[in-house]
Amino acid sequence: MTEGREQVLTAIRRALKRGPLEGEDRAALERRTAEHPRGPVPSRAQLGPQETLDLFVQMAEEAAATTRRLQEWGEVPQAVLAYLKSRNEPAAVRIAPHPDLTGLDWQDGAPMLSVDQGRGEPDTNVGVSRAFAGVAETGTLLLYSRGESPTTLNFLPATHIVAVDAKEVVGGFEDAWDRLRAAIGGVENWPRTVNLITGPSRTADIEQTLQLGAHGPMNLHVLLIGDAGG
Amino acid sequence: MQPTSHAFKENARVALDDVQLQRALGNIKSGFIKKRAKAVDRLPEFERLREHATEIKNHTLANLDFYLERYEGQVTAQGGQVHWCQSAADARQAILDICARTGAKTVTKGKSMVAEEIGLNDFLEDNQIVPVETDLGEYIIQLRREPPSHIIAPAVHLNRDQWEADFRAHHLQFPPERALNEARQLVNEARQVLRQRYLDADLGITGANFLIAETGASVIVTNEGNGDLTQALPRVHVVIASLEKIVPTLEDATAVMRLLARSATGQEQTVYTTFSAGPKRAGDLDGPEEFHVVLLDNGRSAMLGTEFQDMLRCIRCGACMNHCPVYHAVGGHAYGWTYPGPMGAVLTPSLIGVDEAGHLPNASTFCGRCESVCPMQIPLPKMMRHWREREYERHLSPVTVRSGLRLWAFFATRPKLYQFATGLQTRAMKLLGGRRGRFSKLPLTGGWTRYRDFPAPQGKTFQQQWAERRRHGGAA
Repeated sequence: MTEGREQVLTAIRRALKRGPLEGEDRAALERRTAEHPRGPVPSRAQLGPQETLDLFVQMAEEAAATTRRLQEWGEVPQAVLAYLKSRNEPAAVRIAPHPDLTGLDWQDGAPMLSVDQGRGEPDTNVGVSRAFAGVAETGTLLLYSRGESPTTLNFLPATHIVAVDAKEVVGGFEDAWDRLRAAIGGVENWPRTVNLITGPSRTADIEQTLQLGAHGPMNLHVLLIGDAGG
Repeated sequence: MQPTSHAFKENARVALDDVQLQRALGNIKSGFIKKRAKAVDRLPEFERLREHATEIKNHTLANLDFYLERYEGQVTAQGGQVHWCQSAADARQAILDICARTGAKTVTKGKSMVAEEIGLNDFLEDNQIVPVETDLGEYIIQLRREPPSHIIAPAVHLNRDQWEADFRAHHLQFPPERALNEARQLVNEARQVLRQRYLDADLGITGANFLIAETGASVIVTNEGNGDLTQALPRVHVVIASLEKIVPTLEDATAVMRLLARSATGQEQTVYTTFSAGPKRAGDLDGPEEFHVVLLDNGRSAMLGTEFQDMLRCIRCGACMNHCPVYHAVGGHAYGWTYPGPMGAVLTPSLIGVDEAGHLPNASTFCGRCESVCPMQIPLPKMMRHWREREYERHLSPVTVRSGLRLWAFFATRPKLYQFATGLQTRAMKLLGGRRGRFSKLPLTGGWTRYRDFPAPQGKTFQQQWAERRRHGGAA
């Protein structure tokens, strides 16, 4: 093990014609890593709040997701039920144990809906998650693993419904990274899994023809709650 | 896998006569090229991102040891382990040791070209471990016991009727009279079969598009979601990655990511971009209990500081092969190893030697399309020329090439004689070409005229025309 490590590092340094980096050379690289400078950010990722939200919706739908705007979180149970009914799917969902979802009045808002919570299981047909952010430049959702957001719920269900606050939709990925670093208290608390999700699962492996629903969800429905940030 | 790159010429001849293959290759020309062009046009910052991504990778390669150690430090702090492997054999052994220690008998796999490079599936089977490919394209070629023919679309050489025949032959649990003539039906059947394999697996292996030094995360970029089920469900997750996949920060990965999907499939962003770091944390409801990274060198460090260093910027998007007239004609298998197309023609001799793969850099018309679409601005034609020079220096070129070049050199170093001879030849060929102006057969040009006519020169030689233009003061 340590033998392999030394062999590889020695080979690299021999090819680079130098020893291990020390002093200011090393400090400069430490600084670059800590400061993580941004490269060119596309102009479409730097729009105003309303345009950013509109772009998110446009790009997510281009990627074959469906979206719905809601005024407030209390409307989520009813919106979930309405979506499943419109598709003739059984009215049973598993929700992520996130307080924004578990705190909703599912009984009152969607009395016909059977609701339980936890990780995704092989027989979970519909999963409901709470995204950490939306990224407008590509219509992408960001979710990260923790007790209140199990990763299996993003992949095992045939239908994935994701709720996100409209104010949490940012322009570009760099904005999402800065928010995430702040939320977890620095990269030393980096989670096991971060998922960027753009539309439902698909494949073009058969004669380059697009088929939705390869291994992950066949349907991705995004609920955007409230108004754009400002 | 046992390379057959030395037999490129024979492989290519077989490929040109393969009717099924030629039909399938038509899908590449119509699909990838247009989609990429559209996606690139939609992002005005694309060129600036190319420049920036090139700088990031050059910076990273110049400090490769620092960033790899930094990455390892993060992985270790999260409770994972990095296994440094100099050779393919070391990497295979590291994975087998993990399987043995954790009692893994069934292994699911996301698509990984590095796993193909080290011949992992055959090795695992030889050691009584069952590998299951879960990417749809990788799954079908595993059933067929074929290598991939493209780095992002491994089954691009197959047609739908071949999929159907293979599924009928292998999926005997389903009624034989079922309909399977549509892509939708094939995808649904594969989804059903593989779902159970994910749940049964003891260990999941994925590749990596990036390793991020800042966070200790490895990143996979997929559309199907197979890589995610592969790494989220089993007890153990093993990442296999070659060492040049490292980038310093999330922002650096983002810059390269903005180029990757657009260059590869013409998507704005792949469906799933997944960052994995360490095993499940306290309080997590799912995720693996163990996390390992098998970090492979396998000849790459020896490319640093050479004329082939730029090749280590490659992000495996496949744009070079999607735009290559040679790849369009012969497909990926003719190249005889894991990496086909222009990137393979440069990388393969570096990794398995110019003796085995010296023919590949000759499989180019030097049209330059590969370099013009490469998101990392890798000078592929220039590096192919470097290999040709090395091949020539080492006397690996066939005697006909060497004597032909010597004959040409005799004339080329005697300008008067050269002009006289080419002028004579041009006039003679014009006369012989007759009214058709083409030859269907011509001595010494069988390789050309077997597939198309050789046009007879019309008028004067290039040098004569050049001299006349200069005399008339025209824009030369």
